[in-house]
Amino acid sequence: MTGVPLSWYLILSAVLFALGVAGFLFRRNIITVFMSIELMLNAVNLSFITFSYQLRQVNGHIYSFFVMVVAAAEAAVGLAIILTVFRNRSTLNIDDVSSMKN
Amino acid sequence: MQLWLIPIFPLAGFLLNGILGRRFSKAIVNTIAIGSVLLSFVWVLKTLAGPWELNPEHYFTWIASGDFHVGLDFSVDRLTAVMLLVVTGVGSLIHIYSIGYMAHEGGYYRFFAYLNLFMFFMLTLVLGANYLVLFIGWEGVGLCSYLLIGFYFDKKFATDAGNKAFIVNRIGDFGFSLAMFLIVVNFGTLDFGTVFGGVAAGKPAVSEATLTAIAFLLLVGACGKSAQIPLYVWLPDAMAGPTPVSALIHAATMVTAGVYMVARSEAIYRHAPAALEAVAIIGLLTAFFAATIGLLQNDIKKVFAYSTISQLGYMFLGAGVGAFSAGIYHLVTHAFFKALLFLGAGSVIHALGGEQDLRNMGGLRKKIPWTFWTVLCAAVAIAGVPPFSGFYSKDAILLAADRHAPWMYWVGVLTAGMTAFYVFRAIFMAFFGTYRGQAHPHESPAVMIGPLAVLAALSLAGGYLFNVPKYLEPLFPLAPEGSDLGPMVVSVAVGLAGIALAWLFYVARPGLPDSLAASFSGVYKLIYNKYFVDEIYAAVVVNPVVTGSREVLWKSVDATVIDGAVNGAGTVSQGVGGLLKRLQSGNIRTYAVWVLLGSVLVLVAMGLAAGGIR
Repeated sequence: MTGVPLSWYLILSAVLFALGVAGFLFRRNIITVFMSIELMLNAVNLSFITFSYQLRQVNGHIYSFFVMVVAAAEAAVGLAIILTVFRNRSTLNIDDVSSMKN
Repeated sequence: MQLWLIPIFPLAGFLLNGILGRRFSKAIVNTIAIGSVLLSFVWVLKTLAGPWELNPEHYFTWIASGDFHVGLDFSVDRLTAVMLLVVTGVGSLIHIYSIGYMAHEGGYYRFFAYLNLFMFFMLTLVLGANYLVLFIGWEGVGLCSYLLIGFYFDKKFATDAGNKAFIVNRIGDFGFSLAMFLIVVNFGTLDFGTVFGGVAAGKPAVSEATLTAIAFLLLVGACGKSAQIPLYVWLPDAMAGPTPVSALIHAATMVTAGVYMVARSEAIYRHAPAALEAVAIIGLLTAFFAATIGLLQNDIKKVFAYSTISQLGYMFLGAGVGAFSAGIYHLVTHAFFKALLFLGAGSVIHALGGEQDLRNMGGLRKKIPWTFWTVLCAAVAIAGVPPFSGFYSKDAILLAADRHAPWMYWVGVLTAGMTAFYVFRAIFMAFFGTYRGQAHPHESPAVMIGPLAVLAALSLAGGYLFNVPKYLEPLFPLAPEGSDLGPMVVSVAVGLAGIALAWLFYVARPGLPDSLAASFSGVYKLIYNKYFVDEIYAAVVVNPVVTGSREVLWKSVDATVIDGAVNGAGTVSQGVGGLLKRLQSGNIRTYAVWVLLGSVLVLVAMGLAAGGIR
């Protein structure tokens, strides 16, 4: 770890987060959107871990574990929803799933 | 002595008939309405038979604020006793008469419910032991008057007349309220006993100016209720109500409440000579002008309405010249003969199927003899023919006026002559000559004739039987006896001359009135149109208020300022909402973009706050 500067980790985290945001905003497929969200969560995890290591504090690790637990739960629920949506509508296009609107 | 039982009977009658009357048969409605008033009459008699002087009864404290207390208190003194007998006695007779008169009218139970309610409030008015309880009754009878004037609520003139009576009375009540405030401020109480005792003893020291102000404001109230100049205009219109109402409320009882109140406040008026003089002058002017208007009215009820105003003026004159007991005396006899005149007029109207115009009557003497003879009894009484009741009371007032100021006596005598003239003019036009109408007159049923007969007996003998001034002597000391034969003879002679003149004009030489009217057409038109007082009031008060309300308050203030503010608030919210609703698209990704933009904005702001990127 000594050879790699702190900023690289943060830049990688920012890039991953930006990719996640871009995917969330521009993709139509629900699974892709879902994965983009996971990507953003993990980008944030990376920053947490980086700062935790840099500052020699355990808090960042704890937070990242929380995030992973929540992400796992979210993945379980989210994928179940996606499966149900696909069974009912035979589509994964996010713009077609808008019956709650209006 | 359980005074509260006196008004509670009619109140119970009102509640029963008012709530359940629609389902009752007429017989049950009659029993409840008349029974309750008769019970009240009996209880009055029983009360007065026992020891009752000076026993205020306290039921509960109504208002308690610091040292200021107002209770629901009733008390009876001799003045109240007289009023109680008149109200319940004449009231019972008129209730009985109404059975016959209202037999064919709609809203039968409603009529009797209102009459009972009126009796309740009137009895509260006379029994009240402080100004506020009196005021409750005062307002209550005003309400019932309004309800009963507008009894035929499907007729516009009736509802208009009701509104007029109510609104004009508000002006008087405004004065009454101010008077009560002044009394509270200066005496710290509204109890009659304390206030009058305080005035007499000079403790607390209240200046004559303040007492005069109180007395004048009370007079304003009395002018409204008792139809005195300048607030008399509602009473002639009040004849739109059923005739028993005119007899009970607008002749015998309610309109005399003002006289009662002035007599009740005698202690205050004694210490406010200017106000007392004003009472006399207003009374005299009212008596005179109302009598002149009465000379030319063609509606039989309007004649008696102006006559009532005129006679009320007499009562005020009596009170104003210091002869309070004479005023009350006239109140009592007037209740007899004026109630009789109105009930007789009602009987005539009933006989003719609703005809009220004297010009369409005539020759009814043979057709409805009972009505004729009873009304004639009332007429000789009001004309002041000795020894009938009106003679005693009017004579007492005129003699007191003569002692006070001779000019008042002479105006009063002139008025007495006119009174005799217009009453007998109505009699001659209705009952003599030949019948000029189309209807088929029929005598009224016994249930109507009975009360007429009783009232006729009272009109004839009431003055002799009930020597009210003597009875009231403990309250209002009598003037020393003097030789008053001259003035008495003059007033009687003028009254007889009035009758003779009416005979000449309307029986012996029927063409004479028209030729006189032609030769004095200016005066004739002035009086025939009631001095244009209604028109003047309309131009000076009513129209400016209506126009101001419509043009300024409604079309300017309400339409632009108030509506503008409300509508403006609506438009602004709508516009802002229209803009904001674009944000709420329902599209998740749009929200995400907003979140992203917001985060970037926060980051940039934080960066700048931290001093830019180093």
